[in-house]
Amino acid sequence: MHKTPPILSRRDLLSVGVGAVIVSASPLRSFAAQADLDRAQKELFGDRPVTEGRVALTLPPIAENGYSVPLSVDIESPMTDQDYVKRVAILSPRNPLPLIAQFQFTPQSGRARVDARIRMSGTQSIQAIAEMNDGSLWSGSRETVVTLAACVVL
Amino acid sequence: MASIRLAVPETARVDEIVEVKALIRHPMESGHRRGSRGEVIPRDIITRFECRYAGALVFAGDFHPGIAANPLITFHVRATRSGDLEFTWTDQHGESWSESATLTVT
Amino acid sequence: MNRIVGCVSLATIAACSAPPQERAHDRLSPDEIVSGSVFLTAETRALQADDFANPGFLWVDRGEALFSEAPQTGPACVSCHADGLAGVAATYPAYDSDTDTVLNIEGRINQCRAKHQGASSLDYESDELLSLTAYIANQSRGAPVSVDTSGSARAVYEEGARYFRTRRGQFNLSCQQCHTENWGKRLRGDTLSQGHGNGFPAYRLEWQSMGSLHRRLRDCDMGVRAEPLPYGDPLYIAVELYLAARADGLEVESPAVRR
Repeated sequence: MHKTPPILSRRDLLSVGVGAVIVSASPLRSFAAQADLDRAQKELFGDRPVTEGRVALTLPPIAENGYSVPLSVDIESPMTDQDYVKRVAILSPRNPLPLIAQFQFTPQSGRARVDARIRMSGTQSIQAIAEMNDGSLWSGSRETVVTLAACVVL
Repeated sequence: MASIRLAVPETARVDEIVEVKALIRHPMESGHRRGSRGEVIPRDIITRFECRYAGALVFAGDFHPGIAANPLITFHVRATRSGDLEFTWTDQHGESWSESATLTVT
Repeated sequence: MNRIVGCVSLATIAACSAPPQERAHDRLSPDEIVSGSVFLTAETRALQADDFANPGFLWVDRGEALFSEAPQTGPACVSCHADGLAGVAATYPAYDSDTDTVLNIEGRINQCRAKHQGASSLDYESDELLSLTAYIANQSRGAPVSVDTSGSARAVYEEGARYFRTRRGQFNLSCQQCHTENWGKRLRGDTLSQGHGNGFPAYRLEWQSMGSLHRRLRDCDMGVRAEPLPYGDPLYIAVELYLAARADGLEVESPAVRR
């Protein structure tokens, strides 16, 4: 007896749908943009060495919209006249522009922490580089998954 | 017209580190978006934020298009003496908006 | 206005619909009604709950100022409504016998402007109308949505219900299919909400701004690739009435923060 296989099963259709979502969600240009981030870092801080540490970033593990993601940067420092954080740069390896913002502190700040809401064009690891008053550079980073909305009306 | 909201405690003890928040209404148009006819919507952003405490700069920020619309910035100030905290935002065209709040230190 | 709309997975749902629904009924039962805020991330819910940081309050503040500002042609809103309008927005849209139509808050503001202030109508999504609407809606925050769909409002309610249940657009989807039959399920990065309007006018992260319920309805229509109706269209007001009746008892959250 001869049986004709179905041309397109429900399972096939489902897998097409799921595949489309995965492709559209995957980062495609992270490499090229890392070079942009490196260039931005060089413009800001020259070739000085950056040590990982003292800079803690807080970002939600998942952001439901990349237009407004709550970011907090907390830098370890006594914030005295002798020892304080001068500035911190927030950098992105995936946004159209790598430099998101720069914040300047003074000993009068008391605490080297700043909270802001940033834009993230896709899943990525946000970096912060802090410069101390002795000229040393410290960095930290945090990754956030930016999800895609169900219906995108551009 | 700009709407500004400030959260500054009214009083603080000497050497207390207080949290302050500043929110301003601004589209922070990135310059990367396109309108319904495909035209690029020109960049229109605040580029500079400053907070002065009794006249001296205590905290500042340089904003780029990666800062979200209606920017909210939270930071800290060490209370040393009674005085005004003055917040100023300046956009890329040089227009600026200011608002201040008094901190009484006891 | 031509807009580009991408809605991959809606097409997926339409093309290969999920297994038979356990919720195949056409209305929400009172015990399962939940606000859109339930489907947000903790961070977005926290932003809505923060009366300082919630950016919607930038519009509420402006609305408060406008409310007590007299237009050149007449008295300020506050001169009649000195005690505020607590709870009022929770009862809108409402039938208005003067015009024999159902008015939403936006329509009521413009009617007041014409009748008592000699002022011109404010445009939908204008800063002024959004601010006034936000200020008035915020005074009902926490009040249960409770609209009257009896009498003269009945036909309008039925018209709204019909719109909600009618398939439309290139995706051939009705509001009902997503928001009554499939709420709680994932659609790309989102969880489908029940589609209530209790947070509007709301600050949507996607808009990076405050917007009216009609703007949201237009986005939904464009999402299924249907031709959106003009702002303030009587049919959208009918949908607004149906939505409010459907959300009966849910607390007003304006200015809500939504995706």
